[in-house]
Amino acid sequence: MSSLDIRHLSAGIGERTILKDFSLSIPKGEVHAIMGPNGTGKSTLAKSLAGHEDYTITSGEVFLDGQPLLGLEPDARARLGLFLAFQYPCEIPGVSIANFLRAAVQARLPEGEEVAATAYYKRLHEKMDLLKMDRKFTARSLNEGFSGGERKRCEILQMMMLEPKYAIMDETDSGLDIDALKIVAEGVNLMRGPQLGVLVITHYQRLLDYIVPDAVHVMWDGRIVKSGGKDLAHELEARGYDWVSQELAPAGK
Amino acid sequence: MNTDAATTTQIELDREKGNFRYETDYAFDAGVGLTPATIDYIAGVKGEEPWVREFRHKALKTFEAKPMPTHWATKDLEAIDFTKIRYYLSQGQKPSRSWDDVPAAMKNTFERLGIPEQERKFLAGVEAQFDSEAAYSRMKEGLSKLGVIFVGPTEGLKEHADIFRPWFGKIIPTTDNKFSALNSAVFSGGSFIYVPKGVKVKQPLQAYFRINAENFGQFERTLIIADEGAEVTYMEGCTAPKFETATLHSAVVELVALKGAKIQYITVQNWSNNVFNLVTKRGLAHEESEIRWIDCNIGSRLTMKYPGVILKGRKARGEVLSIALANDGQHQDTGAKMIHAADETTSNIVAKSISVGKGRSTYRGLVQIPKHLKNCKNNTECDALLINAHSRTDTYPAITVRGEGNSVQHEASVSKVSAEQIFYMRSRGLSEAAAMSLSVNGFINDLVREFPMEYSVELKRLIELEMEGSVG
Repeated sequence: MSSLDIRHLSAGIGERTILKDFSLSIPKGEVHAIMGPNGTGKSTLAKSLAGHEDYTITSGEVFLDGQPLLGLEPDARARLGLFLAFQYPCEIPGVSIANFLRAAVQARLPEGEEVAATAYYKRLHEKMDLLKMDRKFTARSLNEGFSGGERKRCEILQMMMLEPKYAIMDETDSGLDIDALKIVAEGVNLMRGPQLGVLVITHYQRLLDYIVPDAVHVMWDGRIVKSGGKDLAHELEARGYDWVSQELAPAGK
Repeated sequence: MNTDAATTTQIELDREKGNFRYETDYAFDAGVGLTPATIDYIAGVKGEEPWVREFRHKALKTFEAKPMPTHWATKDLEAIDFTKIRYYLSQGQKPSRSWDDVPAAMKNTFERLGIPEQERKFLAGVEAQFDSEAAYSRMKEGLSKLGVIFVGPTEGLKEHADIFRPWFGKIIPTTDNKFSALNSAVFSGGSFIYVPKGVKVKQPLQAYFRINAENFGQFERTLIIADEGAEVTYMEGCTAPKFETATLHSAVVELVALKGAKIQYITVQNWSNNVFNLVTKRGLAHEESEIRWIDCNIGSRLTMKYPGVILKGRKARGEVLSIALANDGQHQDTGAKMIHAADETTSNIVAKSISVGKGRSTYRGLVQIPKHLKNCKNNTECDALLINAHSRTDTYPAITVRGEGNSVQHEASVSKVSAEQIFYMRSRGLSEAAAMSLSVNGFINDLVREFPMEYSVELKRLIELEMEGSVG
């Protein structure tokens, strides 16, 4: 069982149900994209999978490589191999990138084992070089004073250091210029392989020119209404989201 | 008062040789409660000069005349029962407990902080003293070559009265407040230090070397004089939790920095949660000198402490860096006082407090720059971090700035460790406790860096432990 399996997931905030009977399976080794207009549940999906306490799951199940995910604390899900690249990564003043990542890497090691400092820094610098991040950033407080683009790059740095099994990228491309976009995409592409499953959540098709997906799903009103290959993204771009509401989800709003 | 005619043994401290030996002495036990007879007992035991005995008696009268400052401070002060306190502890009186009675949490902290075995018993109140004779003797040798005097108050006032008497009780007069009066009446233990002109002492001087029943005592009196161009750093306290049956600690610390001198005074306080820790600390900075207080308060039931600097000489500089952590049942009432009394003086206050659980933090800052002064500057930053919904923080700044060309900057912030930050960190695999302590350590990081390295490492670990206990 090597997949992230989302089965009939319904979730929302308070009284409002946002995800409605949402199902999707992301096998290891593949990149799946979800596209959809705002308000359709993309962020809810990301946050619910990560275990954000504001979101209530009303029904459904999620399995990561056969292990039930719902009901686990956010940090337990992360240690199981789930990674969320946030749309709006927050600042953590006073906590340096180096220390933060070291603590995160340490959290995954068995009790008593310590992160080997030189090996850790070597890796960290390697990844930062790949992402064209100035090595001086290791000492800077996490995301403090970072531009949107710098924050997103930092998310990818974290992903590279933590080596998750499944990564959910929540609108990583928002706020990025073309150069930053290319660097981020390159980072993700370097990680692609049989050990990683990726879910790219995006509003625009452009990112998918650089991170070419194996499958594209269109989301509307809390569920997937159409799935296809990478060309579906181009079709969506050409025809717009109105096409979705008119043709693909006529019974909905 | 208890007048027990039986002989009492006590420790006679011969600081000159670093020797700790017992001697039988006096017929009376000071007992509990405070009366002129208690003063006579203390002065007698120490063999003090008449002027010191007189100083103490006057202070006792001042203490009795002053009311409790509950009109501005917490009413919790009323829980102190002065009649039930022992004002002078001698060896035989110090209560002891067995290692089995020591709370698991305290043992755990010792373990996590890597406190050596022999020290644990002393800190936990199981043994009455910790013999650090060897380390102390070595340090003394090095210092005496430099001409540095490092003794206790008794010896300081007797053998070096010419140096210490002129300043003793001048920076903090007996009448300053009720507790400086109390200390002036019953002081015992503490450090009297003199650094000669131009001598820059590289190694921080530590009270810890002379741990004994008195020195982690209730009524320490410290006086540090740095002569012109001299430099010295002094450290007191330790991160390890210290068990105390004595519920009232009231110390007085006076610093004098003569022209061009620098004094840095570092305190880490972690008394057990039954202690009232009421301290008066003040420095007098002469021309072009610098006095810096670095203060960390983690323990005690109630701490009231406002380190201050009187900037008496031109271009003098005063600084207070303060970290306070208040957990359940604790109130850290701390702050700073900067009194500008000369042109071109500068002062800097950075106070960070963390309130956890039902803990309460209070900041009181006094900054005075009168109108006849020119080109004085003060910078104050006080930040509070609230961890749980029931924790509390209050800020009472009292800033008076007049005159031209003087500037004051005051920034204050209150923040909560946000749920978003915690979720973000947890989504990387950090447990809630690890995320909390990473945030808290981040909050105080730039202040912790000012502590000498061994302290800063211990401090971070100590805060991690405090946070672990608080989560949930």
